[in-house]
Amino acid sequence: MIRLEARPEPSRLFRWASPLIAAAATVAIGFVLFPLMGRNPIDAFHAFFVKPVDSLYGVGELLLKASPLMLIATGLAAGYRANVWNIGAEGQLTMGAIAGGGLALALHGVESALVMPAMLVAGAIGGLAWAAIPAWLRTRFNANEILTSLMLVYVATLVLSLLVHDAWRDPEGFNFPQSKMFTDSALLPNLLEGTRLNAGFLFALAVIALGWLFMQKSYVGYQMRVAGLAPAAANYAGISSPRTVWLGMLIGGACAGLAGVNEVAGPIGQLLPSVSPGYGFAAIIVAFVGRLNPIGIVFASLLMSLLYLGGESAQLNLALPSAVTGLFQGTLLFFLLAADVFIHYRWRRVRRRATRSAAA
Amino acid sequence: MDTLAQLVVLTLAAGTPLVFAALGELVTEKSGVLNLGVEGMMLVGAVVAFMVASKSGSPWLGVAAGTAAGAAVSMIFAVITLSLLANQVATGLALSIFGVGLSAFIGLDFVSVVIAGIKPLAIPGLSDLPVVGQLLFGHSPLVYLSFVLFVAVHLFLGRTRAGLVLRAVGESPQSAHAIGYPVIAIRYAAVFFGGACAGLAGAYLSVAYTPLWVEGMVAGRGWIALALVVFATWKPWRVLGGAYLFGGVTLAQFQVQAMGSSIPAQYLSMLPYVATIVVLAIISRDAVAIRLNAPASLGKPFHPAA
Repeated sequence: MIRLEARPEPSRLFRWASPLIAAAATVAIGFVLFPLMGRNPIDAFHAFFVKPVDSLYGVGELLLKASPLMLIATGLAAGYRANVWNIGAEGQLTMGAIAGGGLALALHGVESALVMPAMLVAGAIGGLAWAAIPAWLRTRFNANEILTSLMLVYVATLVLSLLVHDAWRDPEGFNFPQSKMFTDSALLPNLLEGTRLNAGFLFALAVIALGWLFMQKSYVGYQMRVAGLAPAAANYAGISSPRTVWLGMLIGGACAGLAGVNEVAGPIGQLLPSVSPGYGFAAIIVAFVGRLNPIGIVFASLLMSLLYLGGESAQLNLALPSAVTGLFQGTLLFFLLAADVFIHYRWRRVRRRATRSAAA
Repeated sequence: MDTLAQLVVLTLAAGTPLVFAALGELVTEKSGVLNLGVEGMMLVGAVVAFMVASKSGSPWLGVAAGTAAGAAVSMIFAVITLSLLANQVATGLALSIFGVGLSAFIGLDFVSVVIAGIKPLAIPGLSDLPVVGQLLFGHSPLVYLSFVLFVAVHLFLGRTRAGLVLRAVGESPQSAHAIGYPVIAIRYAAVFFGGACAGLAGAYLSVAYTPLWVEGMVAGRGWIALALVVFATWKPWRVLGGAYLFGGVTLAQFQVQAMGSSIPAQYLSMLPYVATIVVLAIISRDAVAIRLNAPASLGKPFHPAA
């Protein structure tokens, strides 16, 4: 009989091996799944993981899609480390897109270098304000932030739908629910000729660096980590728990809002009823796979971005539904959580007879 | 009077998926396990029920399959949190994300398929009686099943020895373990029951309430069910009341639209979500009541050797 036995100290090896085990296991699931769907697993593997990135354009797409994930996951990780469970980043991203995109529409045609920075600030504030609602409800009314932040995702999506169907609809858009295309001053500059990669990638890298400094090197970041690891000790040490909740939520909201502007001012270029293929939820997985650590998040974002691209490529090249991406995302997180058991525990073979004589 | 009776019938129909899902989650949480994957389990239940109903031609076979599918995916959660001691919040989120992906993936070929759903009862003579006919005999058979489930859960938790053991495991797994109860096995059973109920709730949506399959059709009802358990301060009869209240709110959007109002549909669609947030804030304000009523070990992993 095999039992789990607590390790005297958490295993550092498994802390970082577990994401690799999870990624490998997810790929292994693919090798089982693809033949079941009547596809050659080698071809499918190639179409899913190699073909999307075998060109410069593909690499640009990889970085482009990794950018919002990096941004959001870094913000969420700050909260998760403090046990603040913001799962409504998708809504905060949407609100950021509405705030930043709304400004772009209001300044339509204005050719000024200040339009873009103003949009970025507006977007970050939009996301931050949306995240402030669950933070307020939690600190003032003790309401569970998991449920409130998630409910607000649905509300934000409906607000966006309302706007693009009505007030902000392009009058020349043949009645499609979409806004006017943004003018040049409201679009992020391209970074690399021949790709769609834009300056949003630089913001993502900057936020990664800031996130690392904040969580690992700053006093407030340290207080938040203590609040997450040992709430009672944090309370005793005088670390304010409402402040931790506020910071955790607002950082996540601002980062998600910024990601929202990057989407509408980058690859999309206008407001549509949907501005994200679920980046806000995928970023939750990225945060965990990246071990709530900014450096880990970079790698996890690239992996998750590859899953998105792989899904699209599998649809084009193998006629497989792109929904397979969502399936892989969920599977990846399951495997990660399962493999994480070895950080704190190890297998121990227990001989039946030994147990019995010990009990006697 | 007939319109009023009609309204009651519609409210019960809209509240029923919440009754199923929230009662299941209530039992799971009473054992000390917080499963945030209700939305995902409902989606998997809905898609599997629809697929089986469409292939077999029998909506009831679909309901059975959806229930089983909900229970099956809940076991993934159970293995990871109960046997491998992972964080329940994170694993529940994973289950929801997984359920969204899995249901969208397997349901792709069924998106515009039409099936014969489960019709409301029509007992010759009785269902045609004025007012009472509709109120007593005009519901979907699954609505009556939800009443049965409510009575069963209420009696199980409050009046049976097994229910008492389940609650003991939720309050203090250490003590229950020390007395010799199999804590982990009991929690597995509670998660299984919650998964089956969520699957049934999804099946009700896709083969009875609106007999069709649309990606993400559960539309947050799983999360509302989770909030309902908190509103109800873990009491079954309050779950029932809350579910119908929310059924009524969901209904309001269709009623207002039917009356030809010019309010954009989106405002009305926001109602259930905004109402959830508001009610959750009002109920949670009394932190003491929440703490006293919530199972003491809710969300905490249990390792017998520790």
